[in-house]
This record gives sequence, C-alpha cells and structure tokens, in this order.
Amino acid sequence: MIEAKYISKFFSDTMVLNSISVKFEKGRNNLIIGRSGAGKTVLLKCLVGLHEVDDGYIDFDGRDFSHMNRKNRKEIRKEMGMLFQGGALFDSFSVEENVMFPLNMFTQMSEEEKLDRVNLVLKRVNLVNANHLMPGELSGGMIKRVAIARAISNSPKYLFCDEPNSGLDPNTADVIDELIAEITEEYNIVTIVNSHDMNSVLKIGDHIIFIHEGKVAWQGNRDEILSSDNELLNDFVFSTELTKRLKRKK
Amino acid sequence: MKLFYRIGQYLILMKQVLAKPEKRSVFFRQLMTEFNAIGVDSFGIVVIISIFMGAVVSILVAYNLENPLIPKTMIGYTSREMAILEFSPTMISLILAGKVGSSIASQIGTMRVTEQIDALEIMGINPANFLIFPKLIAAIFIHPALIVFSMAVSIFGGYMVGIFTNLFTVSEYISGLRSWFDPFSIFYALIKTVVFAIIIVTIAGYQGYIIKGGSIDVGRASTKAVVYASILIIIFNLILTQLLLI
Repeated sequence: MIEAKYISKFFSDTMVLNSISVKFEKGRNNLIIGRSGAGKTVLLKCLVGLHEVDDGYIDFDGRDFSHMNRKNRKEIRKEMGMLFQGGALFDSFSVEENVMFPLNMFTQMSEEEKLDRVNLVLKRVNLVNANHLMPGELSGGMIKRVAIARAISNSPKYLFCDEPNSGLDPNTADVIDELIAEITEEYNIVTIVNSHDMNSVLKIGDHIIFIHEGKVAWQGNRDEILSSDNELLNDFVFSTELTKRLKRKK
Repeated sequence: MKLFYRIGQYLILMKQVLAKPEKRSVFFRQLMTEFNAIGVDSFGIVVIISIFMGAVVSILVAYNLENPLIPKTMIGYTSREMAILEFSPTMISLILAGKVGSSIASQIGTMRVTEQIDALEIMGINPANFLIFPKLIAAIFIHPALIVFSMAVSIFGGYMVGIFTNLFTVSEYISGLRSWFDPFSIFYALIKTVVFAIIIVTIAGYQGYIIKGGSIDVGRASTKAVVYASILIIIFNLILTQLLLI
C-alpha cells in the first residue's frame, strides 16, 4: 500500500498540492482524475519522488519514502515501474533492449534468462516479433505497450501510469486500459493511474480520487462517480457532450 | 547571483556524475559506444582540418621568411611547434566543442524533455552518472589520441606543400622538424587536451541535463554548450600556457 499523508507542494508562492491525504491499495486500479492544472501530475511526481514534497510524507508499505536518503530510496525505486505519457523509451535502444534495461541494471540473470523474461513480458502486452524494432518505428499504441512491458519487466510492486491513453484512438486506449487492469490483478500490485479520460475511469476505476485546485475533492469508485452529488465532480464528469447525453438519458 | 547559482548547480551535478557506476558491465558497453561516438566519428573532420591547416601554416611561415639569413629549415620547425603547442590542442578542441559538445547537449536535452531521464531516475539509476560519466571517461582517453593524430596529420600537411610547391624542399622541411625538439611540449599539449575534453563534456552534459521546456530549449542548450565550452577553452588555454610554459 502507498499512503500519502498531508502532502503539500509549492512552486514559488503557488500552492499546487494542499495537504493531500490518500491511500492507494494493492490489487486495485487507483485513478487520479481532475482538470488540467488541478495537480494530478504533480501528485504523481511527488509519489515517485521526482518532486520533493514541502510538507507531509509518503509511505510505501511502512517505509517513509519522503524522508529517506538517496541510497534507501533507490531500493524502493527498484520496486517501481512507470509508464510515462510519451512512453519515454530510450531512443537509441531497440524494443528488446528497452525492456531488458531494468534486468541488465538490477539483476544477475544470464543473457538467456533475461531474453526469456523480455519475450514473456512482450507477449503479455501482445507484442510479438517486435524485439528488434526501434522506438521511431513504433505506433503510439505500441510505444505504450513497450513502456508497460519495460515497467513490469523487473516485477515491480508499484506501477505508476501518467496519462496512459493520451494521444491514442479510443480502441487502442481501451486495449491499454484493459492491459493495465489485467496486470494489476495478475501481479497484485499497487497501480496508480493519472487520467482525465472518462472511459478509463468508468472501465477500470476501482478507486477514484478527484483532485480540484490541489485538494482531494472526492473519492469513490466507478459505480459511485455517476451518482455523486459533488458539484465539482459533476462539472468535470459531465463536461463532454457524450456524458451529458448519458446523464439526460439516465 | 545567477552565475554563482549556475556554478553551484554544475558542481552538484559533477558530484553525481563522478559516482561509482551502477553496473560495471553496462558501463563498459556504454564506454565503447562513446569511444565510437566521440572518437571514431570525429576522425574525418580532424583529418580534413589538420591537413589543410598544417599546409596553410607552412605556406604562411615560408611567405614570411624573407630574411636570407634565416634558414628554410625554420619552416619545418615552426610548423611543428605551432601544430604541437597551439593549433592541434586548441583549434581542434574548439572544433570538437562544436561537434561533440552540441551533440552531447542535444542528446541529453532531448532525453530530458522526453522524460527519458525521469524514467532512469524512477528506476533507481543515477541519470547524471549513467549518461555523462561514460562520455567523460571516453573523452579523456580519446581526445588526446585525436590531438596527437591531428599533430601528425598537420605536420604531414606541411610536408605536402614541400612536395607540390617550390616554397621549400622536403629535406629542408624534415630537417626543421627534427631540430630543437623538446618532449615537454607534447606533455604540455596533452595536459591542455585533457582539460579541454573535461570542459567540453561536462559543460555540454550540464547544459543538456538542466533543460526545462521543449525542443526550442534543446536548441538553445546546444548553442550554449558550444559557446560556453569555447569560451572556457580559450580562458583555460591562457591559464595553462602561463602555468606550464612560463
């Protein structure tokens, strides 16, 4: 479990996160949603340690990540996998080398064992015979799948996904959502997804945290989100024509 | 104040760069790649510039030697001294600051804006060490080799002038090359070269690493890397010459 307690973050004088307390449990798809600029990405970056929190702390299964030194943090980071918005694949590496990278850095596996593991995770994300392709030769959906494969190659305990569906068509986005949900269940890991895609929210949102102006404005699950009487949440959820029509029908 | 902030930021980055590599086998693989990128890929430009500059230097020296009391062997001697003491270490380093420096800054800068550096950080890898340290070590070893090679090619450029013109004879040139040789000048040139290699890689690495923004900033960082590295090379050239030769 990951627990954020009273975390605040400032950029100069602007408070971006305002005393946020939230728990992310194992085996569930935890979704952070909110408008652009609400603080979702900052929260995610604080959770993985790319931004330092100015107040409060973040706890990974009883280990205080926020107040650890670099060396101890490294041990927790080895248990993390992250899917970045643009994939963040290493340009000069092939698909196989990208996925094998965490194994090269942190395991004592033989070349054969590493290759077996790479092929297994690539198969898991439905990418076969793509080992020798370079990132520049991949489609948007393939990049996301390779990034997921790299994130899970070293069997992480915590998976972070920043806008996994951005720039993808609805069908491919659906495939990525399903993949994230399946991996969460299969590996029994803590998955935190940062999204403003309502399809994802309704499809895989086991635990949804709605952030508004740096504060947690609402928490619940995908069944509760459509019937909530929270005005801020309703403004966000029913902001598209599709959701407005759905609401009218209801 | 901004200058002190930048110097502090640079020194903190260097502390991270000079850490022990995460995994030795991965480091050596990267080192080989960097030897190729920094050394082998720069080979062609070093040859072209050195041969033509060596030829031009020998022509200029011959043109300016009007006094019949000064022997023509001075052409070979002066060309050699210019190649070893100044032209090869400084000029070629300035050229490499442009070629290698801009390449390093744009490579690392692009990795920063496409979140590849964040990906390394999240995996628990020290990105500064992983990206800059192999380049630094490769440059420290390959840069002096390139400069020594440039010295030889430059001297050969002068030799070619002797063959194809009537300004001096080959035997006069070779006789000059063999006169009054002080091995310390090679030592001095190599010390300068190592310092210049460190400047080129660390300034370019720093400029790429601290980028915030997008592709425009990558271009800016690349330009800054070349400009600042060139300025520092000129300044350290003066300092080292003063310290080592006088």
